[in-house]
Amino acid sequence: MNKKQINNILIWFSAIVLIILIMTPGLWVVLTAFRPQVDVMAKPAVWIPRNLNLIQFETMLFGGSEGSMGRSPIPVLSYLRNSLIISFTSTFIAVLVGTIGGYGFARHNFKHKNKYFLLIMLTRTIPGISLSLPIFIIFSKIGLIDTHIGIILVFVALNIPFTIWLTDGFFRQIPRAMSEVAMTDGCTKLQAFWHIELPLSRSGIASAGIFAFLISWNEYALVSNLARSTDSKTLTVGLMDFTAQFTINWPGMCALAVFIIIPALILTFMVQKHLVTGLTFGGVKG
Amino acid sequence: MAKVILQGVSKFYGKVQAVKKIDLEIIDKEFLVLVGPSGCGKSSSLRMIAGLEEIDEGVIKIGDKEINNLEPRERNVSMVFQNYALYPHMTVEENLGFSLKIAGLAKKEIEERVHEAAGILDITEFLQRKPSQLSGGQRQRVAMGRAIVRRPDVFLFDEPLSNLDAKLRNQMRTEIKRLHQKVSTTIVYVTHDQVEAMTLADRIVIMKDGIIEQIGTPLDLFERPATKFVATFIGSPSMNMIKASIIKNNDQLSMKTNDGIIVPVPKDKQNSVSEGQNISFGFRAEDIVPLKFGQKPSSAWEMQSSVNLAEPLGTETLIFTNFGEIEIVSRMFTPEQVKSNDLLDFALNLDRTYLFDENSGLAI
Repeated sequence: MNKKQINNILIWFSAIVLIILIMTPGLWVVLTAFRPQVDVMAKPAVWIPRNLNLIQFETMLFGGSEGSMGRSPIPVLSYLRNSLIISFTSTFIAVLVGTIGGYGFARHNFKHKNKYFLLIMLTRTIPGISLSLPIFIIFSKIGLIDTHIGIILVFVALNIPFTIWLTDGFFRQIPRAMSEVAMTDGCTKLQAFWHIELPLSRSGIASAGIFAFLISWNEYALVSNLARSTDSKTLTVGLMDFTAQFTINWPGMCALAVFIIIPALILTFMVQKHLVTGLTFGGVKG
Repeated sequence: MAKVILQGVSKFYGKVQAVKKIDLEIIDKEFLVLVGPSGCGKSSSLRMIAGLEEIDEGVIKIGDKEINNLEPRERNVSMVFQNYALYPHMTVEENLGFSLKIAGLAKKEIEERVHEAAGILDITEFLQRKPSQLSGGQRQRVAMGRAIVRRPDVFLFDEPLSNLDAKLRNQMRTEIKRLHQKVSTTIVYVTHDQVEAMTLADRIVIMKDGIIEQIGTPLDLFERPATKFVATFIGSPSMNMIKASIIKNNDQLSMKTNDGIIVPVPKDKQNSVSEGQNISFGFRAEDIVPLKFGQKPSSAWEMQSSVNLAEPLGTETLIFTNFGEIEIVSRMFTPEQVKSNDLLDFALNLDRTYLFDENSGLAI
């Protein structure tokens, strides 16, 4: 074996170890969702599943009582509705506002521009959970606890800085001459943005949208404080419904987790083209 | 079709004044080239005409209309950019038709005008392609097509050829000239390349540090440079320039270089200089003739010097030699082999020697 082969083996070996490290918890979640509670709780652990079933999903979606440990089914569809409303609305607002902000930072010069930019980015350094108490107190005073609007507001605030940062970078890649030419071609500033710069930065905007959506979709800590009932509880918060005083329905929880992952996966696959292609420039030199 | 007038136009970037109160009148259908080294204010001036930069001072008119406060789209100008700035997400046809679509023209008319422009520029076969599928020269042509399709009052070109390789640049230069003949519209063209300026322009405006050094036809600038800067900027190779002071020598005024070489002041300039004045004198490469290979001028001053380097270019050879301590270049048109260290006699044509005041830089 020569040096190159040894190198290759080492690279493959570490890659496989890394993949196992990353994948195992996820696989375990998926596997647990299809296994009976006895198997899951067995000691010593049963590594290779002996039997698999769909009971948890049936219970979750159709409210069957068989095998769900006698507990009343969890209102998954309400949670799903809440999750969808909150994630999509907050993503839409954050991307809209953030894109305008990013464009402003990329294209316009104003006093203390860099300081403002830094300030906006600094808001992301604060751990979200440390904001939960102040947000809770404020929201309880103005009646936003357990409402869609309240949670949407929090996600919009969380996602705008990131969207600004990402779209700013994309807008900077578009040569200024592009909108200048459009303006001499008869466009107003807004038309130039709409017809030229927006389509050219759609990969960036799509990426920003995916990230914003995933953050909203997956967030647990903040929402768990702000959501009290089926009026606003999201799927992730709903996971805790599977815990009782003395027991945790692990297979049920994992089934819901799988249910949470699927839409996120579908969405990511749908827009991944934009994530990877980046900008295909032919309009300028090179 | 329109003339363009700039009156006392200035541009500031912070505290730096990039354009300093320039006055300029561009005649209808003229091909005017703004040329100068980078940072001379030529691009800023062009962008002010286009409406892409604020006019900080002065007035710009297109036709008889003041355009200071008009948006770019209201000025009816078309601009071609250095990096082409084609819309990468549109086909060539869409690129060409975009301005007409924005203007709300009927589909059929857009199609007609796009095909007409494509015909003029010979890009009809690429209409369905995206810009990324075109070569540099083709992209440049599309950029020009996009400009002409609007039938603007004025074309603005901002260094349109500087991204192309040398061969393509020559080819596109000819095409731009031909385009001007076909569409006969006022053109303002910015470049830093004096060859481009000389070959394309009806008139050239030479700028430096935000002011206009000289305006004139290419031959005007070549034959009668108004300043030392213009003299060295126009022409290739650059004019030889030597510092000297005026002394009295045998009842006539002469120029004494820093190395002590004494050259008589040309006869027609004898009354224009005074003893003790600091000047520079310049002469083009073809006006210092190696006597062995060329004809001696009628009013000549001779010197002997050895060859540092010879560059044979086919029809001509550039000979680098020393004038005192300063290296100068001489051009000869005979295909003779000259080698380094050859000792040659040179004759300087005094009738074609230019004098410039050292303090003001102005021609004497």
